[in-house]
Amino acid sequence: MNILDILLQQSPALIVATPLLGAFLTPLIGKLGYNVRNIFIIIILAVTAFLVFLLASDVFSGNIHTYVFGGTTSTVLSNTVIRILFEVDGLSIFMAIITVILSLAAVIYSWAFMREETGQDKYYTLLLLMTTGMFGMVLTGDLFNFFVFLEITSIASCALIAFWTHKAKAVEAAFNYMVISTIGALFVLLSIAFLYGKYDALNIAKLASRITPVSFSFIDKLSLILLLAALTMKAGIAPMHMWLPDAYGRAPASISIILVGATQASLYGVFRICFTLYGNVIQIPEVSLGWIMVILGLITMLIGVFMAMIQIDFKKLIAYGALAELGYMFLGVGTGLTILSNPQLSLASNSFALQAMKGGIFHIINDALDVGLLFLVAGAVYYATKESSLNNLGGIARNMKYTTVFFLIGLLAVSGIPPMNGFASKLLIYESVYQLNPILAIIAILASIMLLAIMVKVFYSAFLGPKIDRFQDIREAPKSMLIAMGILASLIIFFGLFPDLIVNTLVEPAVKAITHPTSYILWLTGGV
Amino acid sequence: MMSKIVKTIAGISFPFITIYGLYVIAHGHLTPGGGFQGGAIVASGLILLLVAYGTDWIIEKIKESHLSILESLGALGFIGVAFLGLIFGGMFFTNFIAGTSMLFGGIPTSTAANINTGGTLPLMNFAVGLKVIAGLFAIVLVMAYAISKEEGE
Amino acid sequence: MLYLRRKVNKMIANIPFLAVMAMIIIGLATVVFKRNLIKMVIGVSIIESGVNLFLITLGYREHSVAPIYTASPGGIMSYPVPQALTLTSIVIGVAVLALMLSLVIYIYRHYKTLDIRKLGGGEE
Repeated sequence: MNILDILLQQSPALIVATPLLGAFLTPLIGKLGYNVRNIFIIIILAVTAFLVFLLASDVFSGNIHTYVFGGTTSTVLSNTVIRILFEVDGLSIFMAIITVILSLAAVIYSWAFMREETGQDKYYTLLLLMTTGMFGMVLTGDLFNFFVFLEITSIASCALIAFWTHKAKAVEAAFNYMVISTIGALFVLLSIAFLYGKYDALNIAKLASRITPVSFSFIDKLSLILLLAALTMKAGIAPMHMWLPDAYGRAPASISIILVGATQASLYGVFRICFTLYGNVIQIPEVSLGWIMVILGLITMLIGVFMAMIQIDFKKLIAYGALAELGYMFLGVGTGLTILSNPQLSLASNSFALQAMKGGIFHIINDALDVGLLFLVAGAVYYATKESSLNNLGGIARNMKYTTVFFLIGLLAVSGIPPMNGFASKLLIYESVYQLNPILAIIAILASIMLLAIMVKVFYSAFLGPKIDRFQDIREAPKSMLIAMGILASLIIFFGLFPDLIVNTLVEPAVKAITHPTSYILWLTGGV
Repeated sequence: MMSKIVKTIAGISFPFITIYGLYVIAHGHLTPGGGFQGGAIVASGLILLLVAYGTDWIIEKIKESHLSILESLGALGFIGVAFLGLIFGGMFFTNFIAGTSMLFGGIPTSTAANINTGGTLPLMNFAVGLKVIAGLFAIVLVMAYAISKEEGE
Repeated sequence: MLYLRRKVNKMIANIPFLAVMAMIIIGLATVVFKRNLIKMVIGVSIIESGVNLFLITLGYREHSVAPIYTASPGGIMSYPVPQALTLTSIVIGVAVLALMLSLVIYIYRHYKTLDIRKLGGGEE
């Protein structure tokens, strides 16, 4: 076995362990100097990215990778699963790819953005810890392990939101987020305890094979409701979205982009619960969650767009735009769940159910790239002008040419204009949702048009317009920030020009993995 | 800064608390306890000293940067043992000491307590215990320092 | 009479679960209705204690001893897995509590008050 095979076999653990090792080494290496530490962190994330793409190339060809911690022998011992298990299928590696792209962009961006701040050792340590938590959340196959990594991510992200402690609003937003997030996580733990008490299993595959239509009772319903309520609260779906604009708007720009990744990891948790853990009972009429997801997605979209119209703070406006985009993902996947859970609909409607889910899942990576690019642009504008309110900005485009071009690319991508990637995923969602109910698709298209209008207003008032004396000699953003924005923009244009390639390579295995829960449970009979 | 009686009693009871906490850490694989529990006991002994002698006196003796280095050493010990399990055993976190003739490698044969068993568990207990002592004491020390600076203004 | 007594003996085992429900409701009421920041933090801590109690109660078997092999007196043992889960949850709770209290110290330093109705009027 050559070195690549060994790396491929050990990669689920190494993907989580490498940022953790980097996080613990950062305070010691930080004493050597500023540049040494930054290069060390970029090397750590580059190694992790190599491992993620190596694992992705194998998982996309159809194998599910399992990894047992701390033992090489079998983990099923007289019908009990011992030892913690990592299970990587198409959807998990898809979210891991998103996480590693966002983390790399954030670390390259922070090289120049955080240059004059104090306490940078703690900043980079917390950033790597948050990345570890996100990787752990999406790769694990054990329910209590998911809870532990969820708490690691939320504690690290809360400490990072409050990083600018001299601003009172940032600390308030972090406290708000922390209280709500902790209560949500405690309810997740309560429902995990319910499921453990009833079925005596914590492994997701083992639990899924034990929750059957015969044994479904009130405790399963209660656990499902508690889990979904807490995880959709962490994902920012209305009506539990109150923490999202404050947290995204007050954090430093490089943290907002990783927060988008953390929010989407919680959304991955929702999908894993709905489709895989309760996979055997999807057809029961009491578990009719599809319509709830569709309605909540629409409400989120409308709240995001309507509140974004009246904002005058740059980053808070983009945060409301991110909220609206979350609604699209929920709408797409909810349509798929509605069709799949109804056993009386004809087989022909299954095809547009799969199309809706492809659109929803494709929109996850598109939204991460688009909204991430917009947050980085807002951070660059704040770095150059130290102003964050739209009333005081104006005429920046003369001095900051590259930033303006990046904002244009982000604007077109978010509103779904070809040839950017937002158009491909939104078209898939519109087409399939129209066949479920025409009114839903019309509301979605209207929300997209309003988002375009709002973004054009922002572009005009911040970048175009007459020159203001105070901004006479602001300079272009530093090179590392431009490189980070350039990576995201080039990925947006690439995804937009070849959407077919991306859907067949990345999105199709994810949808196939999520609609066939039996393949996730299959390793139990074969043993490990 | 408390009265003389409190300072004397705190100084007398601090070694006993530390010994008890280290006993709980070291016997984590035999009796209830382990890294976090023993570390919390030792940290509460240190906080007893902090309350009795006052923040300024303790800040002169123990700097916050030393605590940060101790914490990093504890964390690196934990993840280092896990990576050694990967190199010597085949999977991450493997117990590669159990069954061999190294320091903690023995197999328990009866229900009598034998401390020479456990494999990598006592090593990880020591690392986690060191990290918890340094971490918990640093949290309370920084909070006390911040409040004493505010009242001083 | 004996039948009723046996029924009461069986129902006494439900008291921890009632206590869990009471603690969670009290904790939620504290977070929602109180105005002091420290009281909200205490409310979160009460909810966490309630959930930890629920986890421990799941592992109890009737007439069981502690699951320790060192000089054990024999007999059936209670389940050890919920005890490990509870320990992890307590550690997470300590970290969360420390972070929330640090944030309260910063808020007090900015606004000089702990009343949540008086926050939010300051500058950026």
